[in-house]
Amino acid sequence: MSNSAVWLTLFFLGCYHGINPGMGWLFAVGLAFQDRTWTAAVRAMVPLTLGHLLSVAAIVLVASLVAFQLPHRGVHFAAAAILIAFGIYRLVRARHVRWVGMRVGFGGLTLWGFLMSGAHGAGLMLLPFVVGGSKAPSTPAMPMTMPGLETVHGAVSAGVLMISVHTLGYVLSATAVALLVYAKIGVRFLRTGWVNVDLVWALALVLTGLIAFMT
Amino acid sequence: MQLLKPDPTFYASPRDAIKAPPETLAYVALLSARGNGAPDRLTVVDTDSTSHRYGREIGGVALPNTGDELHHFGWNACSAALCPFAPHPHVERRYLIVPGLRSSRIHVIDTKPDPARPRIVRVIEPEEIIKRTGYSRPHTVHCGPDAIYVSALGNAAGDGPGGIFMLDCDTFDIIGPWEKERGPQFLAYDFWWHLTHDVMVTSEWGTPKMIESGLDPELLLAGKYGHHLHFWDLKNRRHAQSVDLGAEQQMVLELRPSHDPHNEWGFAGVVVSLKDLSSSIWLWHRQNAQWTATKVIEIPAEPADPQQLPDLLKGFAAVPPLLSDIDLSVDDRYLYASCWGTGEMRQYDVSDPFNPKHVGSVRIGGIVRRTPHPADPDRPLAGGPQMVEISRDGRRVYFTNSLYRAWDDQFYPDGVGNWLVKLNVARDGTISFDEKFFAEFDPAYRVHQVRLQGGDASSDSYCFS
Repeated sequence: MSNSAVWLTLFFLGCYHGINPGMGWLFAVGLAFQDRTWTAAVRAMVPLTLGHLLSVAAIVLVASLVAFQLPHRGVHFAAAAILIAFGIYRLVRARHVRWVGMRVGFGGLTLWGFLMSGAHGAGLMLLPFVVGGSKAPSTPAMPMTMPGLETVHGAVSAGVLMISVHTLGYVLSATAVALLVYAKIGVRFLRTGWVNVDLVWALALVLTGLIAFMT
Repeated sequence: MQLLKPDPTFYASPRDAIKAPPETLAYVALLSARGNGAPDRLTVVDTDSTSHRYGREIGGVALPNTGDELHHFGWNACSAALCPFAPHPHVERRYLIVPGLRSSRIHVIDTKPDPARPRIVRVIEPEEIIKRTGYSRPHTVHCGPDAIYVSALGNAAGDGPGGIFMLDCDTFDIIGPWEKERGPQFLAYDFWWHLTHDVMVTSEWGTPKMIESGLDPELLLAGKYGHHLHFWDLKNRRHAQSVDLGAEQQMVLELRPSHDPHNEWGFAGVVVSLKDLSSSIWLWHRQNAQWTATKVIEIPAEPADPQQLPDLLKGFAAVPPLLSDIDLSVDDRYLYASCWGTGEMRQYDVSDPFNPKHVGSVRIGGIVRRTPHPADPDRPLAGGPQMVEISRDGRRVYFTNSLYRAWDDQFYPDGVGNWLVKLNVARDGTISFDEKFFAEFDPAYRVHQVRLQGGDASSDSYCFS
């Protein structure tokens, strides 16, 4: 995979998270309807994005450092196994995040965004990009090669860049959808149009894990 | 099982829900008329007006034990699953959570694959509920954003406090009691919420000991039954404020908040006033951050010949309306009020909730009047309008006639009978009996709550206007 394709993929994964009603924009729309102003949606997107970012960052940074420290093959297989296990868990046991409370402040919305992203395994999807690029940049099977990964500093800054691109995709798409739904579309379409992306997502995780195993 | 699309019976807003298709069947709680006779039964009644079995039983399921005393029940999931802070709409509205009010046993009943042949898939025994929650006598069931909430009248010994406990919405395991801090709340009965404002509201009847052997006139005249509304912080599970309606306002039962999530008001029904035996309906609302309740409807007692009255009422020479249930249409336009004593179903236009207008009325049964149903105009009926349920589109109103076994026997000592009837609501709001819908059941049973297929006016909460 070429570098630009990797960045594009990371960006579109962010968009994929962003358009999922369960990952933030619907909460922003709910608050906008409650306060009867679109600015409430934009205001809510700030902590929601922060929560998403923190959740993804936790996994990406930990994985980056682990990938730097440990033998590459081991990390690679461990990451693949985690993806498959989490995907299967999501398929079998669809527990939604237990949350009650609509009138929450900045901290509450951040926590909500963090929990939702974690529960959906948002950060896990970036794993192949992280561990793929570690330590042995010349291995032909690596999905990604980036300069500077030979050092801890390099691993971390590559991770930060990945998270940033991903989060940009998330916040742009989620805010756009929130405003569009609030101003134009309304929420009626949800009852027929809300495809269970979590189910698709779980399958995607398993598939990614399998591909990672085979490469 | 996860669905690929949201359950088609979930609606984001009340405005969408009123467009729901008409229900083709209703689930009805049948309780043994003599306590330890036959096991209770959840029955299924055909409500499809084009069916040749319209208004008749088409299936059902008997409970495994006797003495449960079915009362209220509710769905495992509802439109609250579309709430933006707890989105999980790819679950099914499928299981009915059916408590036995006397036994404290909870039944989980599967309405699929054949909705006319529900099956019991789990029984939670009373010991389990008491062990995990400290509560007994489960009553109201509501599907919440994070769990199934159930109110309970008291503790294992039959005393207070009553409260609320939670069931896991996937496994139906008991999670535990809901309250973190109950403040002065002691008596319990009904509850509902303003979900988008993080507010729960609870009402008060009496402890199990105060009700299970009948209405106690001494306690009543001393004003010992419930007369408060309680407002709670739903998110932090803490008591926030009590509103005392006055000790003469005895038994604050059903709570019907506005379905529109913008609003912070709702109606609460009071069974009887010690001053004049009237019933009343109160509007709760928030004023300068404080909850307050205003009496907006008063229904007077009707003078009666003591000879026609049961012992409990002879001294008063009047029949009280005994308002036992109220129900608010999904569009927040009409409030229905069951006058179980006088045998009247009233309809109020509550477009302005502070100034309800009494716009419709039908008579059936009643302690004194014994008004027949138009389908059988020569036969006097016992019991009166009681548990009332409104279809989502507001065009059909169903109600049954038994209140609570021990209390039925006091107010209708010669037998309360069992019937389920239906009103049609014309486009202009006019109500009239559906003469083709007059269901009577096996005399071994009495009949309590009705739940309509796909949801009804007291089953779902909405987070969008």
